[in-house]
Amino acid sequence: MFENLSNRLNEVFDRLKRRGALAEGDVDAAMRDVRVALLEADVALPVVKDFVKTIKERAVGQEVIKSVTPGQMVVKIVHDGLKELLGGEAVDLAKATNPPLVILMAGLQGSGKTTTTGKLAKRFQDKERKKVLVASLDTRRPAAQQQLEVLAGQVGCASLPIVEGQDALAITDRAMKTARGEGYDVVILDTAGRLSIDEELMAEVAAVKDKAQPQESLLVADAMTGQDAVKTAEAFDQRLDVTGIVLTRMDGDARGGAALSMRHVTGKPIKLVGTGEKSDALEPFHPERVASRILGMGDVVSLVEKAQENVDEEEAEKLARKMQKGSFSLDDYKKQIQQIKKMGGMKGLMGMMPGVKKIQKQMNEANMDERILVRQAAIIDSMTPKERRNIKLLGASMMKRMKKMGKRGMPPGGQIPPELMPR
Amino acid sequence: MASWWQRLKGGLQRSSQALTQNVSAIFTKRKLDDEALEELEDALIQADLGVDMAQKVAARLKKDRFGKDVGDVEVKEALAGYIAETLAPVAEPLVPEAGAKPYVVLVAGVNGTGKTTTIGKLAAAWAGEGRRVGIAACDTFRAAAVEQLEIWADRAGARFFKAATGADAAGLAYDALASAKREGLDVLLIDTAGRLHNKSALMDELRKIDRVLAKQDQAAPHASLLVLDATTGQNAHRQVELFREAIDVTGLVVTKLDGSARGGVVVALADAFGLPVHAVGVGEGIEDLRPFEAEGFARALLDLEPA
Ligand SMILES: Nc1nc2c(ncn2[C@@H]2O[C@H](COP(=O)(O)OP(=O)(O)OP(=O)(O)O)[C@@H](O)[C@H]2O)c(=O)[nH]1
Ligand SMILES: Nc1nc2c(ncn2[C@@H]2O[C@H](COP(=O)(O)OP(=O)(O)O)[C@@H](O)[C@H]2O)c(=O)[nH]1
Ligand SMILES: [Mg+2]
Ligand SMILES: [Mg+2]
Repeated sequence: MFENLSNRLNEVFDRLKRRGALAEGDVDAAMRDVRVALLEADVALPVVKDFVKTIKERAVGQEVIKSVTPGQMVVKIVHDGLKELLGGEAVDLAKATNPPLVILMAGLQGSGKTTTTGKLAKRFQDKERKKVLVASLDTRRPAAQQQLEVLAGQVGCASLPIVEGQDALAITDRAMKTARGEGYDVVILDTAGRLSIDEELMAEVAAVKDKAQPQESLLVADAMTGQDAVKTAEAFDQRLDVTGIVLTRMDGDARGGAALSMRHVTGKPIKLVGTGEKSDALEPFHPERVASRILGMGDVVSLVEKAQENVDEEEAEKLARKMQKGSFSLDDYKKQIQQIKKMGGMKGLMGMMPGVKKIQKQMNEANMDERILVRQAAIIDSMTPKERRNIKLLGASMMKRMKKMGKRGMPPGGQIPPELMPR
Repeated sequence: MASWWQRLKGGLQRSSQALTQNVSAIFTKRKLDDEALEELEDALIQADLGVDMAQKVAARLKKDRFGKDVGDVEVKEALAGYIAETLAPVAEPLVPEAGAKPYVVLVAGVNGTGKTTTIGKLAAAWAGEGRRVGIAACDTFRAAAVEQLEIWADRAGARFFKAATGADAAGLAYDALASAKREGLDVLLIDTAGRLHNKSALMDELRKIDRVLAKQDQAAPHASLLVLDATTGQNAHRQVELFREAIDVTGLVVTKLDGSARGGVVVALADAFGLPVHAVGVGEGIEDLRPFEAEGFARALLDLEPA
């Protein structure tokens, strides 16, 4: 029911592309859809209104009406507008030139502060060879301090020893003294989650900031956030004068309208995005890429990078050679299935390729889901090594085994999927 | 009743201020025309009802009052009425069946929505009613998730089943259910790791937990709860859709309604899926769980006094 933003805009622009010349009325119609699409992507209403107004002004007028391909022109204007709104170029974190670099993490409950603290520690340590100290000021959520301690252990950085009964300010003091005394390059203060309307706790985090004087105060927010993004971002920015925003759970399927909203109301850059639960799933925010992705123009850069990360090149070459020689077995096929899964599944891959946004919807409707892959992997698993090498050996015993696997292993109808049949 | 109301309203009041101000600004007393309706629709969108739901609600108002002179309170009352009508069928508290021993409740949701906290609150509430409650720490992934839940189990006075971090979650679920049966517990709450609904491997893992429970007791899990964060926008639809595909969700819990987020997406979810909303979270304390109440929710959303 809720198509994502790129689907919506693609539909709009498809319509425009089909027409030769573009009338003012067409732009109006397109903008109505753009508005709805942005709202469904959770961009906050005031931001949507501003955006649509600017875009309309730019679109209606000579540059569009006189251009040869009006639809493309509008696509470009909307794309550029989104990019601008998202903040032009990527902005990096402050450098640890004058140690210690102090970073304060703040945000709502469950937004991803602690996880991001661990990710940042890893990044400074591994990529910049810095000596990092993390400290949890979260005395409220059960076992929050332990959580950070465990994460620190995993990434191999120091974590401030837990002292029962100390409040956030006392912990801050201790963290700063330790950082200065023991020559840490970076100290990251992870705070408890708090509601922007909780006066007492907002005052507490402001006091922590006063004491620690961080060079970076990062607001950590969930990419799935709805219209509340505006209020939360405004409130935290007012109290902390944040230096940047970290948007977590970008590995989800939310279109991330919150990015637009928060950026627009605070004017602060989105510096990083979280793309997973593991400590290396932290990436710089690229406004250009996100704008392109929103528009369904494909996130080709990300696709290439993902492929580089996940595809074992040697393995890939081996498979390619086998294919050429005609000795590509079901074992090999399964390896490929696994590779696809690692890269975010078929849907994930498709989403990153230009022009497939529309097909994806049709795929979804046609029920071409990736469970087929899972099922095939299961079937292959249940074969003997011999059968895998030569599917012609598959006999009655195999059929029986497959039947036993029931709905997990068998496609409807109880036959071997044609894709797996010997040619 | 009064206390839950006050608490909910206390939270919702701040959150609904903007919506209320918007509605009030539109309708101090004027003709309900297209422009007024559009502004009204906008106000509902800002409460996270979503475009479709906002249009639906506005369309009803149009049908009933178009062209009439309408006042501020009148409009709010009408809106609350429509919203309450949509919500009434889904307001359904969760009551463990006495016959099931134990009554197994599987708790799932995306990361950080409030699953663990909600389990702590439910356990405390049910233990307070004299039930013998067990909790299984099947979030074997997140750092210190087990320790977090153990503190809640202590607070609630519940029996606690755990395995090491990194252990097989489904295995623990299976063992916990076996122990709970043996010990004759009334309820078994199963915490799971937060997972994004679009990650098929993680959803498969959740399916597996669901499956192994049924192996011991065909009726288990008796309830499968999806915990939603009120801060979430339209993505909540996808969450419900995909979690339902995986584990046959039987009901929702909406958390963090004490914040500035208005949770209006619940209205759209009720309309689209009709899944029971069992409870709402209104704070981080052990008692901050309330039954979901349609009229109270709708009226509080519009800052109207309880009927
Ligand atoms: N204000 C408020 N905070 C809540 C509520 N419910 C949960 N929280 C907080 O939200 C944060 C996340 O809650 P958890 O219970 O750990 O959430 P979870 O879904 O188990 O999280 P993961 O296991 O990490 O996916 C914690 O800081 C809780 O204290 C609520 O109703 N109101
Ligand atoms: N998928 C995904 N999960 C995340 C990301 N960042 C955090 N999480 C998860 O979100 C939940 C809450 O994170 P946590 O760091 O404890 O939040 P905090 O309460 O703000 O400190 C945990 O389950 C994390 O594993 C992310 O970028 N992607
Ligand atoms: Mg934390
Ligand atoms: Mg949890």
